[in-house]
Amino acid sequence: MHNDMVTEQTPLSQIDNIDKMGNNIDRKIPISRDLLSSFNSNFEHSKPLVTLTDLSVSYSPEKKAIKNVNLTFYEHLVTAVMGPSGCGKSTLLRAINRMHDLYSTIQTEGEILLDGKDLMKMPAMEARRRVGMVFQRPNPFPTMSIEENVLSGYRLNGISLSKSERKELVQTSLENVGLWDEVKDSIKKRGSFLSGGQQQRLCIARTLAMRPEVLLMDEPTSALDPISTNKIEELILQLKEKYTIIIVTHNMGQAARISDMSAFMYLGELIEYDDTNKMFTNPKDKRTEDYLTGVFS
Amino acid sequence: MNKIEELAYRNSHTKQRRIVNVSVFGLIILFSLGTAIPLFSILFELIGKGSHQINLDFFTQVVPSSVDAMLAKQKGQPIPGGILNGITGTLMMVGLASLFSIPMGLFGGIYLSKNRDKKMASLVRSLADILQGVPSIICGILVYMWVVTTLHSFSALAGAAALSIMMIPMISRSTEEALNMLPNTIMEAGLALGGSYTSVMFRILLPSAFGAVFTGILLSISRVMGETAPLMVTALGATYINWNPTSPTSAVSLLIWEFYNDPNLVGLIWSTALLLMILILCLNLLAKYISARWRIN
Repeated sequence: MHNDMVTEQTPLSQIDNIDKMGNNIDRKIPISRDLLSSFNSNFEHSKPLVTLTDLSVSYSPEKKAIKNVNLTFYEHLVTAVMGPSGCGKSTLLRAINRMHDLYSTIQTEGEILLDGKDLMKMPAMEARRRVGMVFQRPNPFPTMSIEENVLSGYRLNGISLSKSERKELVQTSLENVGLWDEVKDSIKKRGSFLSGGQQQRLCIARTLAMRPEVLLMDEPTSALDPISTNKIEELILQLKEKYTIIIVTHNMGQAARISDMSAFMYLGELIEYDDTNKMFTNPKDKRTEDYLTGVFS
Repeated sequence: MNKIEELAYRNSHTKQRRIVNVSVFGLIILFSLGTAIPLFSILFELIGKGSHQINLDFFTQVVPSSVDAMLAKQKGQPIPGGILNGITGTLMMVGLASLFSIPMGLFGGIYLSKNRDKKMASLVRSLADILQGVPSIICGILVYMWVVTTLHSFSALAGAAALSIMMIPMISRSTEEALNMLPNTIMEAGLALGGSYTSVMFRILLPSAFGAVFTGILLSISRVMGETAPLMVTALGATYINWNPTSPTSAVSLLIWEFYNDPNLVGLIWSTALLLMILILCLNLLAKYISARWRIN
């Protein structure tokens, strides 16, 4: 697609020259931030990537944690899933990368499509390779060095890389999260000396090294200080050019700052799902309005 | 006295309460020190009575015959010979038992840790706990029935089998505890990268829990090293150095029993017992050192 044919209707994914590895080839026409943001808010032109249909998850036979959720996540957008404690947002997130398979008492019903393919039917390991997850508390593997942590996904999957491939992958992944300059002299050391924010960025680098299509983030900055939170929010805004990001957050300010779309959940149900700006300024449901104005949290 | 009066009474008798507090605290310290007294007195006795008998011959010569010992005693000389056959026998039997019980115990512990809630695992766990309480002589006579009568001879293999029965539940339970102590997020992070449970277990969880697992193994070895009763009915004992697993073998703990029964060799008891105590102490101290150094930060 030639860049001079860019119009307002062009989906974002076709504008950037992105090669198969997710690397940006230089754009010929610089696109202004304003134009980009207007594309982002017009979600009809983005390609749906993850589609949830009638998704229900129950921890015990009597009580459903999430009930009949219908939701579509669009490619190369940041979607925030918000709601008060216990509303099911983490449960929703963990359903998308099949984490509920680990616990036999959890029942999942409904359909999840990843790029058209049924996520529930594909092998769990493949699903988790294509959908990466970053957890609330930074959890670098304690017995591995920083380098080994970044490559751990490959090691766990039994994929062997040549020495040069390894070196390149470690450097690229750490550069992508803005950690390379800070740790390039100590990649052979264990990551325990890193601060919380650096550890979380290492975990993000580790997940991104697997080149997932979707990145799930479960309250990634709630355990971090404001400066680290800021750095990670900037990182998320950069990452959405290559990845689709779904972030669970209980911090409305964060949702307003970084997300394009927002979903509001309450008591296991999806109440409202819209462009972030539209939802925050003009929520359609009373419960959304109450949540956003702080009536409950 | 009603409650208000009782409160007023308590508030006004602070000196009395302080005396009671200090006395109870003093009793606690006294009794704690008291638990250390038996250990110190044992070591004191053994070192006092046994250290003069420990020389190079002790580690390089086999047990002297009763006649030689009697003759040496009559001449006023120290008892000749040493306990090399006991040392090699203990090494061989504990080695064989470890070879068999460490893998079984590890896998058992992994199974118990993974299936925490399942009924089968609860049953296995209860059986392991009961097995740990079975008297060692009973383990010995069971192995006599199964192995000694089948092979038509006492043997090191039978001795190792009896020791394994005691080691396996210990290693299983300590491995399970070690794995359960790891934070759940590490396993989830490994699985979220697309790893199979096996690769996550062997590449991340077991290395992270290595300190505690290794400590459990060392402690179970130190426990069976001093076992005498099961070896009496399975390995029997030998006066020569034996490396053949299908023949009767001596052991350090068996030798103490033999020396006790022979009036000419009684003098060797203290040195043998001292050696056994030192071996067990060293293993325990090594276990403590490793568990202190390998703790995850």
